[in-house]
Amino acid sequence: MSASLAGVLFDGFAYGMLLFLLSVGLSVTLGMMNFVNLAHCSFAMVGGYVTVTLTNSLGWPFLASLPIAFLAAALVSTVLERALYRRLYRATDLDQCLLTIGIVFISVAAAAWFFGTVQQPINTPPWLRGTVQLLGMSFGAYRLFLIVTALAITAVLIFCLEYTRFGAQVRAAVDNQRMARGLGIDVDRAFAVTFALGGGLAGLGGALAVEIVGLDHAFAFNFLVYVLIVVAVGGLGSIGGSFVAAALLGVSDMAGKYYIPWLGSFLIYLVMVALLMWRPAGLFGKR
Amino acid sequence: MASASRYFEKQIRLRGLEIAFWLATLLPFVVTPAYLQLASQVAITALFALSLDLILGYAGIVSLGHAAYFGVGAYTAGLLAKHGWGEPLSGLLISAILAGLTGYASSHIIVRFRHLALIMLTLGLGLLLHEAANSASWLTGGADGLQGIKMRAVFETFRFDLYGRTAYAYSLVVLFACFLVSRRIIHSPFGLALRGIRENAVRMPAIGAPSRAHLRKAYTIAAVLAGAAGALLAQTTETVSLDVLSFGRSADVLVILILGGAGRLYGGLLGAIVYMVARDQFAGMNPQYWYFWIGLLLVAVVMFLPNGILGGLARFFPRKS
Amino acid sequence: MPRLLAIAALACFALPAAAQQTIKIGMINVLSGQFADAGIQMDNGARTYMKMHGDTVAGKRIEIIRRDVGGPLPDVAKRHAQELVVREKVDLLAGFLLTPNALAAADVSAEAKKFMVVMNAATSIVITRSPYMVRTSVTLPQVMETFGTWAVKSGLKQAYTMVTDYGPGHDAEAAFQRAFKEAGGSIVGAVRFPVANPDFSAFVQRAKDLGPESIYVFIPGGAQPAALGKAFAERGIDKKKTRILGSGETTAEAALKSMGEAALDIITAWHYDYKLDNRQNREFVKAYNEMHGRNPDFFSAGGYDGMHVIYEALKKTQGNTDGEALIAAAKGMKWDSPRGPMSIDPETRDVVQTVYIRRVQKVGDEYVNVPFDRIDNVKDPAGERRKK
Repeated sequence: MSASLAGVLFDGFAYGMLLFLLSVGLSVTLGMMNFVNLAHCSFAMVGGYVTVTLTNSLGWPFLASLPIAFLAAALVSTVLERALYRRLYRATDLDQCLLTIGIVFISVAAAAWFFGTVQQPINTPPWLRGTVQLLGMSFGAYRLFLIVTALAITAVLIFCLEYTRFGAQVRAAVDNQRMARGLGIDVDRAFAVTFALGGGLAGLGGALAVEIVGLDHAFAFNFLVYVLIVVAVGGLGSIGGSFVAAALLGVSDMAGKYYIPWLGSFLIYLVMVALLMWRPAGLFGKR
Repeated sequence: MASASRYFEKQIRLRGLEIAFWLATLLPFVVTPAYLQLASQVAITALFALSLDLILGYAGIVSLGHAAYFGVGAYTAGLLAKHGWGEPLSGLLISAILAGLTGYASSHIIVRFRHLALIMLTLGLGLLLHEAANSASWLTGGADGLQGIKMRAVFETFRFDLYGRTAYAYSLVVLFACFLVSRRIIHSPFGLALRGIRENAVRMPAIGAPSRAHLRKAYTIAAVLAGAAGALLAQTTETVSLDVLSFGRSADVLVILILGGAGRLYGGLLGAIVYMVARDQFAGMNPQYWYFWIGLLLVAVVMFLPNGILGGLARFFPRKS
Repeated sequence: MPRLLAIAALACFALPAAAQQTIKIGMINVLSGQFADAGIQMDNGARTYMKMHGDTVAGKRIEIIRRDVGGPLPDVAKRHAQELVVREKVDLLAGFLLTPNALAAADVSAEAKKFMVVMNAATSIVITRSPYMVRTSVTLPQVMETFGTWAVKSGLKQAYTMVTDYGPGHDAEAAFQRAFKEAGGSIVGAVRFPVANPDFSAFVQRAKDLGPESIYVFIPGGAQPAALGKAFAERGIDKKKTRILGSGETTAEAALKSMGEAALDIITAWHYDYKLDNRQNREFVKAYNEMHGRNPDFFSAGGYDGMHVIYEALKKTQGNTDGEALIAAAKGMKWDSPRGPMSIDPETRDVVQTVYIRRVQKVGDEYVNVPFDRIDNVKDPAGERRKK
């Protein structure tokens, strides 16, 4: 029984790591600039489609396609930021919502146009399929890969945030934007870079997600709710918050479905409501 | 005191442009009689958007779960009709009241939060209700929807027919009545207090306005109106299914309100007309990719008409209100 | 000269008469949102039929007016049906991917006395909602009760059921369990997945803990079948010891591509697969690939056969689009379809067809559903029970 529980927890944690990759960009940019970017999952979709196209049509190896997915999504988010988002930093939250929802619609239609509405198959390399035997239990190889990748990225992000100058600028801008500007920090540039990074990470998350949750043209819509839940529960502007929230939600979702299956669909929303009522600013949030 | 009530009275009287608007709503009967079903659904959506405006535009509560009350109203009206109570007006009243009670109950939680937590809580509560309705398929009919809804004629004379004449007339009258009620509420001391809370919630208790009580009242009224809209949908189409409680419906009405311009009472109505007619036209022209054009419309409106259509127009035609 | 006269005569005949000699079909489908792929396949099936058989029947041209409902939205479906009848003045209604939409539009069909062809919606009660309706797709009890009976006959005594918590899932669960128990088997447990469920690990682990002889699954198409198949593989379910029994959607083409080896030995019961070996299907698949660049699935077959019923009924009534005439012509119709022999039951107006039992095997370098048993002329058992 404990072996199967460990297996379930492991799977839940892997799912949580996927959510983390998809959400961390949104959490940081929302915390920094208060820009409501509901089109965040469209960047994830870009990453997913890039990987699928590279591996299926062009025969690239899966691992090689991941950095390209990251770069493609980062590029798309930068273009969008320059062209459209920049003009709405002073606009109301509601206007930002409307704009980004419009962009989601457009991206979903574009995906349907270029790739059709069919589920995209993905060719992961054989060493990522199947199971790995560790400590007498079997773990899915792909999930193990997902966890390792996510942990590595988290480490890199936290290192950048804590030990680099750029990271210090980002932290300052999240804490108090006006003060940061007053100190001469180029908040706009820091934001532009952060936005690109966040978009790129979403793209990477989208590419990694295809094997687990599939990819079709409506991906940008389907995952928006989960990403928002992670961001709200974790707290705006906090990488650690997103990590803990995503892990918590992934694990509790799995554990709930294992022990109390009839509660399955309710659990993730109940957990969110309970956590938000206890900590409205999120687990690690400041406002 | 006299000048204050005189001020409110002046606000409440219908102005020329408004009278023209309401007269124009009668045009579909004459000009486009084949579109009355669509017109009826536009009127219902307009009422739903109006109810959201009360809490979002005037009280500053951003809700991503407002469809919960729409759904409660729809299912109540549907269940009443299914079990023999086919009289429309009394069914409408009962459904609206039940939705109001649901709103009152949830308002105790809702009004204690702000910002992102508030948005996510409304989202979460809406999603929970949707799941509950899906599970309780013995009551709600689940994904297939409620079957066996048979409405009696309005006042025993106006049957709900294939052409939608009764449907549109019925929906329009209810919309107008609710609009007048909302107008009265907005242009009253209570309405002013709501706007004060929206601007600066922290200061309001300092001038003697009990923020939370006001917000609960506004939220309940909004729930009543949303429930009325839901009941109208159930009665005029004789169908109810899970989508009345869905996140999609909550998101749609939010987009509609922002599109039209929140906080201007007519924003929801205008947004509903523009969005639903545009969607119908785009879907007719291009059934597979209509949402591309809708997305383009939304982006264009935000770029050129900030604060919604009415907000953008207000910049070009500044008025006293 | 005679040829010129003939052409001139045809032109005179065609031009003014073109307006009256058109039969309008209102096709209510779902072409956007999460069900878009299924709706598009259904539409493609209908289009393929028209390409293969021409767009003229009984001297009249067929015109299809398409409407997108966008999802399971009965109020929108009903409005479209009303507008098609009142505004566009269509002669027949067709399409209907989802049950709630079919149920709502049926009211319009009954009131306006319009012939209605349901090309996909699979819930049994749909057919009872209008006396002018026929169905050319499948009903869940039709396949799942047959499957349950077959499972016990093939030697299985225990089953654990896992279905998605929504209408079709409940129907499939009820149908399979009923037939399985009636044939002498026992249901050792049941679980329902939430509708938007990306990850099946926990549920599969629960099933594994019980160690049943067979596991019956029913999930909607899209991303979930592959995810479930992979979960079975990851949790180490040995398909030789625990038989996995699924519906056709579980091993649809896209799912098989994604699951790869994880799909081997899954046994499914369904009424159509693009690899079925008969002349009609070979021609259908070829034409379909030429027109649409992909293989048809059961949604396409529903659309294709729906158009067939429309064409044949119109031929029998010689172009008369009266609801009573068309439904009388459609009742009892029998033909050889890409899915094998099928017919329309004269009493219930529902589809009667062959249920194939298939196993996933590796053929060449693809994974394919290989039929190894079949039950012919299966009627909808729920419909039969309603007769009594």
